Amino acid sequence: MDFFVVQILTGLANAAALFLVASGLSIIFGVTRVVNFSHGSFYMLGAYIAYSLMTVLPGFIGFWASILLTGVAVGLIGLIVELGVLRPIYKSPELFQLVATFGVILVIQDLTLLIWGPDDLIGKRSPGFEGVVKIGDQLLPAYDLVLIFLSFLVLGGLWYLFNKTRAGILVRAATQDREMVGALGVNQSWLFSGVFFLGSALAGIGGAAQLPKGGADLLMDFNILAPVFVVVVIGGMGSIPGAFVAALIISELNVFGVQLLPQSTLVLMFVVMAVVLIFRPWGLFGRPEIVGSHGSQGPPEAPLRAFSGRLWLVLAACALALAVVPLFGGNFLQVLLADVIIACLFATSLHFILGLGGLVSFGHAATFGGGAYAAALMVQYAETPMELALLLAPLAAGLLALVIGWFCVRLSGVYFAMLTLAFAQVVWSIAFQWSEVTGGDDGILGIWPSAWASSTTAYYYLVLALGIGGITTLLFMAYTPFGYALRGSRDSALRSEAIGINVRLVQWSAFIFAGMMSGLSGALFVFAKGSIFPTELEIARSFDALIIVFLGGVQSLFGPLAGGVVFTLLQDWLSRFEYWRLCLGLMIIAIVILLPNGLVGVGHWVRGRFGRNADPLSDAEEEAA
Amino acid sequence: MLELDRINSFYGRAHILHDLSLSVAEGEVVALLGRNGAGKSTTMKSIMRLVAAKSGKISYAGRDITALPPHNIAKLGVGYVPEERRIFTDLTILENLEVGRQTPRAGAPEWTPGKLFKLFPNLEERRNNLGGAMSGGEQQMLTIARTLMGNPKFVLLDEPSEGLAPVIVEQVAFTIRELKKLGLTILLSEQNLHFAKLVADRAYIIERGSVQYDGTIEELENNEEVRNAYLSV
Repeated sequence: MDFFVVQILTGLANAAALFLVASGLSIIFGVTRVVNFSHGSFYMLGAYIAYSLMTVLPGFIGFWASILLTGVAVGLIGLIVELGVLRPIYKSPELFQLVATFGVILVIQDLTLLIWGPDDLIGKRSPGFEGVVKIGDQLLPAYDLVLIFLSFLVLGGLWYLFNKTRAGILVRAATQDREMVGALGVNQSWLFSGVFFLGSALAGIGGAAQLPKGGADLLMDFNILAPVFVVVVIGGMGSIPGAFVAALIISELNVFGVQLLPQSTLVLMFVVMAVVLIFRPWGLFGRPEIVGSHGSQGPPEAPLRAFSGRLWLVLAACALALAVVPLFGGNFLQVLLADVIIACLFATSLHFILGLGGLVSFGHAATFGGGAYAAALMVQYAETPMELALLLAPLAAGLLALVIGWFCVRLSGVYFAMLTLAFAQVVWSIAFQWSEVTGGDDGILGIWPSAWASSTTAYYYLVLALGIGGITTLLFMAYTPFGYALRGSRDSALRSEAIGINVRLVQWSAFIFAGMMSGLSGALFVFAKGSIFPTELEIARSFDALIIVFLGGVQSLFGPLAGGVVFTLLQDWLSRFEYWRLCLGLMIIAIVILLPNGLVGVGHWVRGRFGRNADPLSDAEEEAA
Repeated sequence: MLELDRINSFYGRAHILHDLSLSVAEGEVVALLGRNGAGKSTTMKSIMRLVAAKSGKISYAGRDITALPPHNIAKLGVGYVPEERRIFTDLTILENLEVGRQTPRAGAPEWTPGKLFKLFPNLEERRNNLGGAMSGGEQQMLTIARTLMGNPKFVLLDEPSEGLAPVIVEQVAFTIRELKKLGLTILLSEQNLHFAKLVADRAYIIERGSVQYDGTIEELENNEEVRNAYLSV
């Protein structure tokens, strides 16, 4: 009995930080509709800043003053991010804001490394609560009780704020219809800045409060992100009580899961999320996103131009140019170009569902790593030859996409994105935790191509053939009846249904097909590198594909190709510097703000600007005439 | 008091308003008549800058408001009652009113929830109910009340009689006449000439995004040709 009480209390204490971070994310999303990926970074900064403050401010008062000051400091950092990064792009599609916040993650990662160094920091214990409390014959750290108290205090405070103050009422109103709030005379800029400050401050306090328990390290930002997303999805986006209940469920589950099935803790929370979403697709306390209720961002997407013979010629010329590279280029160039082609295939497969289908997946790494692991496992355990592995790996990835897609295509928008991310984390945690089979963190080594393809040049040609083949198939699919159905479903699910298109089935099929192609790129990757690690399944990998697609331009079929080339070369070049994340992050932010239509958009802009009159009035009149 | 000078507005690439001009004098109730899709709502939204006019000039009380953001226009005393009502369904009636509240304005009647409950008695007993739990008629009352909480001098009413039972329509008409008595200037859009006749002094007829006719309500009533051309269904 005592054992259970202590376990429950431990779960409650663990829920505190999770709840603080998740409620902050939820509040920010509710009003600004920005899924702030850098929220985990604010949590990490909270821990580091509190660490420094606590070394300056000693004692009981110093400890709590540090936590409070950390909240203010991180809130101000959030405000800087809002004003400097997000404000210029609120009018851009929501996806740009995501990519921008990913840039912020990279910047904060390197700045934290720069300021506090690479070593993990161990937090001081809270003065006055160093000891343990005896419950029956069980022991509980006294600080756990403090954390429990703190989470209830914050819950009560937020309840008061949102129900009893004008600012809170405005935030709730804006969560539902921010344009109307503006039309009633409320300056939305203040509201946006306000919620960003509050949300970031909560994340910062979360990081600071868990410092005596968990310390501070550089992986905190990504590590908290998956559980926080799970909590927000289970609880319902924008709901504070939802975040509280979901944080409790997840934390209790973790505490008891460790006792019963220690190997399954990471997977467990995703299983709970999947179960909740089957019965309540919008989370426990959430409500369905009404399509278009917040106004679609930006003008409707222009139809793709017909795939003219000229474009095929360009593609063929590129393939030909790549084919003659080994005649003069060295091994290094061939390896680099193989990387570029693999990245392009990976990104094109994401673009297939994202650009054509309007399904923004945050977990595309699942099928990339899934294909790679499938190939590696087949070679490792069944001594499968490379040729067969390359054939079966896409099928395995397709099977994975079939399962993931079945859940995900029931949702749309942000929920779809979060769910795909969560599933990718499931796959990652299986690869990471099931070390008997997957080697865990050590990965699987020695996965080399068959003898005939083992030279750099031979493998380069193999990548070229399969990569270009895959990319061409994906591009070609855009102009098949299936591609039209997919694009129709993106532009209006309702009207597509009305003319007899089974939107879910179309989206599910597209998801599976994209998964297969992504799996192919993963399989090509594993034989190119000779090894596979769980890092290929990480959030950062999914984001590589997203960044490539956005860099290139979402609304263009050739965007992912242009983006893939630029991004891979850029990363290759930047990774030679010590603080390359900082450079890459700043570059991403700059691109998002300055080139809202991606690289391909620059070409269109130049043509529109200098080719003919760009005045919208005369544009529209020309069209009418 | 309000002047629109050759406004052009777009939804995406669709050109909705074509060189639309109109003016409303202080103390007037002006009706904007026209069929579905004629551009009435877009005119309202362009005034509030919920849709940004691509060219033309909008001035209010002698000030150019063409490029002002919506909240600044509202702060100048322009109240907007949207066609879709856009009640905050998760907020109670009192909270809905709180969102609309602005500081008192010189030269405009000052509203409190108490005063509004006298004008809309139905709302009082449901003051702590959620906005989403109300009937269409009550929601229409609440949207008007919410806008009045901003103490406006000028009110834009987008299709206030749409989809309401006859009894409620009468009540809305009564409210508009009360507001006129208090000195408010009103621009309302309508498909229904009968309703416009009850409340308006003057009318514009718009069709395909530009003004086709303007005159007093009496003139319009006597002009069968215009009525048949633009208003008959």
